[in-house]
Amino acid sequence: MDYIEPHAHMISRTTDDYQQMALTGCVALSEPAFWAGWDRQSADSFEDYFRQLTEFEPTRAAQFGIQHYTWLCLNPKEGENRDMARQVLARIPKFLQRPNVLGIGEIGLNRNTLREMETLRDHIALALEHGSMILIHTPHLEDKYKGTKLIIRTLQSFQNLDPRRVMIDHAEEHTIEMIRDNGFRCGLTLYPNTKVSLARAADIIEMHSAEGIYVNSACDWGFSVPVAIPQFILEMRRRKHSEATIRKVVYENPIAFFSQASNFYLSRACESVPGNVKELAYVD
Amino acid sequence: MKNIDSRCPLPLRRIVDEYFAESRNKMLELGAFFDRLDRAGDAADPDEEFRVVALKRAAGVLLEPGPQRVKRMALLLSDPTEEPREYLDRKAAWGAYADTGEGI
Ligand SMILES: [Zn+2]
Repeated sequence: MDYIEPHAHMISRTTDDYQQMALTGCVALSEPAFWAGWDRQSADSFEDYFRQLTEFEPTRAAQFGIQHYTWLCLNPKEGENRDMARQVLARIPKFLQRPNVLGIGEIGLNRNTLREMETLRDHIALALEHGSMILIHTPHLEDKYKGTKLIIRTLQSFQNLDPRRVMIDHAEEHTIEMIRDNGFRCGLTLYPNTKVSLARAADIIEMHSAEGIYVNSACDWGFSVPVAIPQFILEMRRRKHSEATIRKVVYENPIAFFSQASNFYLSRACESVPGNVKELAYVD
Repeated sequence: MKNIDSRCPLPLRRIVDEYFAESRNKMLELGAFFDRLDRAGDAADPDEEFRVVALKRAAGVLLEPGPQRVKRMALLLSDPTEEPREYLDRKAAWGAYADTGEGI
């Protein structure tokens, strides 16, 4: 079954991973900007990173017939550094018109601090100023519940924000209701030890319906599985869910969400997706 | 707590067939973890560790009636406070909430 991987940090993955993803049906993916594992020392590092996400990575993905989209930001793990945040935010607008950029992300909170919230607010304001969509990272473990509440409150403080253009990711059983009840789109991350397992993701979809939900591997440099979505497809089949339901979660829902960005175009899709056809790869 | 009653398509017997072995294994692993804590080299009291206390409290939910046991367990392992932290204490989360705000 064709699928879309909506959250993968491919700069941390090998070419073999791209190959495995392509072999298991991945036709497109989106890569949010994230934390490098250590704090970057200058805004120049981010500029190089944004070039990697908008120039180099799409060409790597294209080798395997995978369309590569991306989201730009300073990640919540670095959000405490307000000075750096201001400098990085000032450099983002010139990248927003690049053909594979879907919006601002993954922004949100890490340890739910006041400064992280200020950096979150600045990113939301930037997204609204440029009419960009937003991808939200919710915090880890014990910080998730409180952080998700604070994030939703912050998003709702912007009067002209349309929740359908915001994906709140890494939802779990204790946060999904507040995300969906407030009209936001919702992502489930399939991780081996944290976030949700394949079985719990299937449980959540059974209990809350497949409406407005997608699943992702969030594969990065930590414990993660780049082919988690095809594994999820097997889990859903194991439970006798219909192919239509599975396809909705792994393919149609990501398309519906991404299609709100005018530059999203799935070249292999049978459906007509509104938007501009643009060349993705920058090959000199 | 919302009454979540949407069904899994599989009949009960089939759910047991599919998931019993892995669930049994996860339960035995948890028992082994608690035993290992009792055998800690420094003979420290496991109940002095806030993460262990939180895990034991969450484990109690397993034998309670449903629905939404996972949600209730996750909430027992969550920071229940409402206000943002004034300063960053550390980058990483530990999986349970320490009342002191400082961890161990
Ligand atoms: Zn991520």
